[in-house]
Amino acid sequence: MNNRSDTLSKIQHSLTRRNRAEARFRWYGRCAIFIGLLAVAVLFFDIISKGHGAFRATYIKLDIHYDPELIGINNLADNEQLSAGNWQALSKTALRNKFPDVSGRQDKRRLSKLLSNGAGFDLKDHLLANPQLLGKKESVWVLADDDIDTYFKSWLDGDAYDARMTAKQVQWIAQLHQEDLIALKFNSNLFSRGDSREPEQAGIRGAVMGSFLTLIMTLMLSFPIGVSAAIYLEEFAPKNRWTDFIEVNINNLAAVPSIIFGLLGLAIFINFFHVPRSVPIVGGLVLTLMTLPTIIITSRAAIKSVPPSIREAALGMGASKYQMVLHHVLPLALPGMLTGAIIGMAQALGETAPLLMIGMVAFIVDIPNGFSDPATVLPVQIFLWADSPERAFIEKTSAAIMVLLSFLIIMNTSAVWLRKRLERRW
Amino acid sequence: MKLASEQTLELDEGHVTVGQSFSDDPKMTMRNINVFYAEKQAIYDVSIDITKNEVIAMIGPSGCGKSTFLRTLNRMNDTVDGCRVEGDICMDGENLYAPNLDVVELRARVGMVFQKPNPFPKSIRDNVTYGPKIHGLADTRVDLDEILEKSLRKAGLWEEVKDRLDQPGTGLSGGQQQRLCIARAIAVSPEVILMDEPCSALDPIATAKIEELIEELSQNFTIAIVTHSMQQAARVSHRTAYFHLGKLIEVNPTEQVFTMPQHQLTEAYITGRFG
Ligand SMILES: Nc1ncnc2c1ncn2[C@@H]1O[C@H](COP(=O)(O)OP(=O)(O)OP(=O)(O)O)[C@@H](O)[C@H]1O
Ligand SMILES: [Mg+2]
Repeated sequence: MNNRSDTLSKIQHSLTRRNRAEARFRWYGRCAIFIGLLAVAVLFFDIISKGHGAFRATYIKLDIHYDPELIGINNLADNEQLSAGNWQALSKTALRNKFPDVSGRQDKRRLSKLLSNGAGFDLKDHLLANPQLLGKKESVWVLADDDIDTYFKSWLDGDAYDARMTAKQVQWIAQLHQEDLIALKFNSNLFSRGDSREPEQAGIRGAVMGSFLTLIMTLMLSFPIGVSAAIYLEEFAPKNRWTDFIEVNINNLAAVPSIIFGLLGLAIFINFFHVPRSVPIVGGLVLTLMTLPTIIITSRAAIKSVPPSIREAALGMGASKYQMVLHHVLPLALPGMLTGAIIGMAQALGETAPLLMIGMVAFIVDIPNGFSDPATVLPVQIFLWADSPERAFIEKTSAAIMVLLSFLIIMNTSAVWLRKRLERRW
Repeated sequence: MKLASEQTLELDEGHVTVGQSFSDDPKMTMRNINVFYAEKQAIYDVSIDITKNEVIAMIGPSGCGKSTFLRTLNRMNDTVDGCRVEGDICMDGENLYAPNLDVVELRARVGMVFQKPNPFPKSIRDNVTYGPKIHGLADTRVDLDEILEKSLRKAGLWEEVKDRLDQPGTGLSGGQQQRLCIARAIAVSPEVILMDEPCSALDPIATAKIEELIEELSQNFTIAIVTHSMQQAARVSHRTAYFHLGKLIEVNPTEQVFTMPQHQLTEAYITGRFG
């Protein structure tokens, strides 16, 4: 009896200790999660507060007279005339009419500097889309220069940044603002244009397309190759020293710094096979090398998790090994494989270093339309813009990061959704 | 025949199986079977016949090699790395381990039901029609439906599932799942059905149903069943084979094994002295 109550009190004593340990452990976990969430929140706050401005751009409203004489054309169908036309004159003249008392070469130049130097071409495109405007007058919102944009936004926020402005320019802006002729509007250029030296004209369309094409290439190569390799290693390969060796090396490969894959791609694909530089094909090839280990490892795990009893059932029914894999193992392993592939793709989407090695860091204005058009990708675009001296690129950089992050979030969410959807644990 | 009391409980080297291990009308004949897992030997020099349309029960203590022996009959041991089978195994005079024999065909002729019910995570219909489909036994949907109904009826499952053929087989109860697995096995009209402890995961009522089913099936099929339940062996089988440490000790008509075992080890096992 004595012995029994002794044991009980010992158990009770240890119980309080165990409970305390458990409570402490729970708090560690909560702290860890809190720190993680805090880091994400700070990151998002920083990026969004820096980048939200880039989604709007400064425009100035001008009365444009599409005067054929001023441009120097008489026929809108004549391409030679169109390319020789003095399109800048349209906006410059309109601006001068707006501020008629500006005189002197210097001031006149300053005045025309209010507008983006692409303004003329925007007006040309607008005219070509609406040919009936030729010879007529119209009020048009014209894109402002990036320095004006930076100044105007900071001025609206109450903390004017005028380091790159002259006093006259500040005055003109104030006047335009009073007459409601300068305003922030949705920056559609950001989503419809490629890169540019002029921040106000630069967009991420080129980089997004480049990323898209490169990822398609990567997925088309790495998913079938990775899944086949995983199936072979799991289901068909004999288990011996060779396959152990291969397994160790696949795991090694997953840990190799990505820049090495870039060097490898440069040496093999570009220098040996003469694949052109800077194109999504070579980007996809390099990223395939990089994502293959991830896909192989996750696919193998997915295949391994298929219960052996299902395999035995299939083999026992007289299914060949190939049929067993195709009819029973693959359908059950597919959700896991797809998740792995999407995570691999998300990794590839954010990858910069290896692409630097194969020339995808070039300054490319045109939007790539095919796998063999020179292209850059979103993270490299971010790298390029972050490196640019113009202040206006700061918000552009953050905006591009926001776009990249939203793609990543979409991909990761769809991975979770796909898995939930396909996973039928009957 | 030596008297039981004169034998020791130790197995002598070169033990010879006692009883009636051979048959005049064999479906399968096995001679001098040795099975190794890598270096470890699991079956020692077993020779036995399985008669046409009989139910033969394999009993013996855990780890004595019953499953291993059963799995040599449809070459499921091929799927185990490092497993090696020596000796002659013939079905209707045809060597099952001949190099030109296709295991796919063999497994269509020798079906198997496993210890744990393992229906495919697919519909009941797909479970039963899978075998006929891969072996090309039926071309049209009508033929497949006929096989489906016939097999499920034979497995005594038709009435219970006829309204839910397109629902997952894994949604059935354990006993129903096991009968579904039996239906799946007989859908390809095998000649022999191997059952490895088919009732060990089931309750007594489900077990009774399966035992009834085995009795019915024995009219058309040859059945080899491994069981841990001596009552079950006594109820369903015509002959019983007793294994001990990888050796086949005794094979005799079931009634005799349970009333007058010929070997002392058999007697010790059925009277519960070990096992
Ligand atoms: N895959 C394997 N690899 C190595 N050894 C194995 C393997 N399967 C079985 N064995 C060994 O072979 C021997 C016989 O095993 P087996 O599964 O045939 O026994 P059993 O009679 O079916 O036992 P139980 O009644 O517990 O199912 C055992 O000693 C076991 O450890
Ligand atoms: Mg067993």
